[in-house]
Amino acid sequence: MSNSVDLRPASTGQRAAEGTLERPMAQAQPGAIVEPEGEIAITIENLSLWYGPKQALTNVSMKIPARKVTALIGPSGCGKSTLLRCINRMNDLIPTVRIQGSLYYHGVNLYGPDIDPVEVRRRIGMVFQKPNPFPKSIYDNVAFGARVNGFKGNLDQLVEQSLRRAALWEEVKDNLKKSGLALSGGQQQRLCIARAIANQPDVILMDEPCSALDPIATLKIEDLMRELVKDYTIIIVTHNMQQAARVSDYTAFMLTDEQVTGQLVEYGPTEELFTTPKDRRTEDYISGRFG
Amino acid sequence: MSAASETGTPFTLKATGHVARRQRLSRMSRWVLFSATMLAVFVLVYLMQDVVRLGWERLSWDFLTSYPSRRPLDAGLRSSLLGWLWLMGAVIVMAVPLAIGSALFIEEFAPRNWFTELVRLNISNLAGVPSIIYGILGLAVFVRGFDLWGITLFPSLGPTILAGALTLTLMILPMTIIASVEAIRQVPPSIRDGSLALGATQWQTVWHHILPGAIPGIMTGVILAIARAAGETAALIMIGAFAFIAFDNTSLMQSFTTVPIQIYNWTTLPQEGFRVNAAAGIIVLMTLVVGLNLIAVVIREKFRRSW
Ligand SMILES: Nc1ncnc2c1ncn2[C@@H]1O[C@H](COP(=O)(O)OP(=O)(O)OP(=O)(O)O)[C@@H](O)[C@H]1O
Ligand SMILES: [Mg+2]
Repeated sequence: MSNSVDLRPASTGQRAAEGTLERPMAQAQPGAIVEPEGEIAITIENLSLWYGPKQALTNVSMKIPARKVTALIGPSGCGKSTLLRCINRMNDLIPTVRIQGSLYYHGVNLYGPDIDPVEVRRRIGMVFQKPNPFPKSIYDNVAFGARVNGFKGNLDQLVEQSLRRAALWEEVKDNLKKSGLALSGGQQQRLCIARAIANQPDVILMDEPCSALDPIATLKIEDLMRELVKDYTIIIVTHNMQQAARVSDYTAFMLTDEQVTGQLVEYGPTEELFTTPKDRRTEDYISGRFG
Repeated sequence: MSAASETGTPFTLKATGHVARRQRLSRMSRWVLFSATMLAVFVLVYLMQDVVRLGWERLSWDFLTSYPSRRPLDAGLRSSLLGWLWLMGAVIVMAVPLAIGSALFIEEFAPRNWFTELVRLNISNLAGVPSIIYGILGLAVFVRGFDLWGITLFPSLGPTILAGALTLTLMILPMTIIASVEAIRQVPPSIRDGSLALGATQWQTVWHHILPGAIPGIMTGVILAIARAAGETAALIMIGAFAFIAFDNTSLMQSFTTVPIQIYNWTTLPQEGFRVNAAAGIIVLMTLVVGLNLIAVVIREKFRRSW
């Protein structure tokens, strides 16, 4: 019993390396967080976040590669949406939120003093967990971002192209004046995706974009992601392990346990993470042995 | 068991026991609510038929276009009608944008701290202040002008339409602001998030999404406020609108009177003919208020949507 209590700060790594199962769970295993190769779009350093007194993220550090799909997985409430919302500064809108640590977008500090969140959000788009089309026509939904950003080109063409890419065009092309709310849940989500890509962002954050979709629409969205990733950096939150495996290049596993809320447990190339997880908690989760 | 055995199934889907009791209560509640509504409708219909029976005969083009007079059959609503229209126009033009602006600031832009809460609480309290108090305030500040240590903070306007409109604007602002704040809160946060996530500024989000979404609720508040201002008498008498006006109002800086005051005036006079005039005046006033509110309803329905 007594040998499991170890307060020396440097010891965690050593003990884990010794292979003892009684290691404290607070820290990631060495080697469990792999730095991706190639161009990095977003760098997260020691990010911690509190909602009022309640901590939601603890010391998250990871590098997200450009023009790749990165999946965030983990049990409900572990902080995936919270992390995603940090990247385009949507958490600014919640008055109780306090953030520590830093986030860089191509080397620029996203929370720097002269950074405008509106500019950040124009470049880093977002699709929300729940479809939230505006109570306007389908056309206006897609055109909204372009309009407020002062888009000068051919709006009709942009709307059509965006709807096509979101695999929605065929279903709505005769009815662009119809309210976005008159669509089915899955169509609404694809409309929200079309709306996000019409803005021509560099990065698209997707918070469980397929949770309201049937398998066919889900496959369409996954195809779309593979298509989009040629030009865009995509970060997707998903509860669907197969989806993460199918669609993503890198996967991050997050977890909230008794000691640490919202920690990054393991991060690396998707195939490695799913076939040879380095942390036992990752293995437990992906094999469905969790909680 | 017994009910079940009749059909041969081991259960029954007819309402029995608990379900039957809850259903009886549910049906009863419907009748109680219906009676409450009917009580209000009955009182209204009774009053209306009383007024219409008395005043209907007196309604004529002459009645609308004659100045007030000492002889009941010569007296008409001309000056009070014009004064009322000027007054209501000025009140709507001042109060509605001010109320929507204040509500948007409180809900969307103001920092959430104790001071904002205090302001909000005070606005709610102001909505309950009797109109006569606003009348006294209007008399002291707008009619007579407001000096503090020799500095004129507000010039004396005299008993003019402008002074009356400012007074009524103050009076209906609290309820309009509260209704607008509530309407703005009804707009789902996901719409706000969606707009901001597309790189819209806060103002663009307010202008394109929050305001259109809140307008139906705001209009409901505006309808109630207009109805209150339209029938207001006490505050206006206080600021000196109980006047004999025998000319047509052409500007905001003239003395005036209004339809409700004219009606009140007639009811204080002894001759039977003036009672008939008062009833006819009430019919005209009701028609005007319904007309104003119809405009608000049309605006509301145009923006009505479901989320
Ligand atoms: N606006 C908020 N205010 C306070 N606490 C919040 C807020 N949003 C999230 N939290 C808390 O932060 C923690 C992480 O929430 P988050 O939404 O990031 O989880 P998640 O991983 O996305 O879960 P899910 O998979 O269910 O969507 C949760 O414990 C949640 O209760
Ligand atoms: Mg979430």
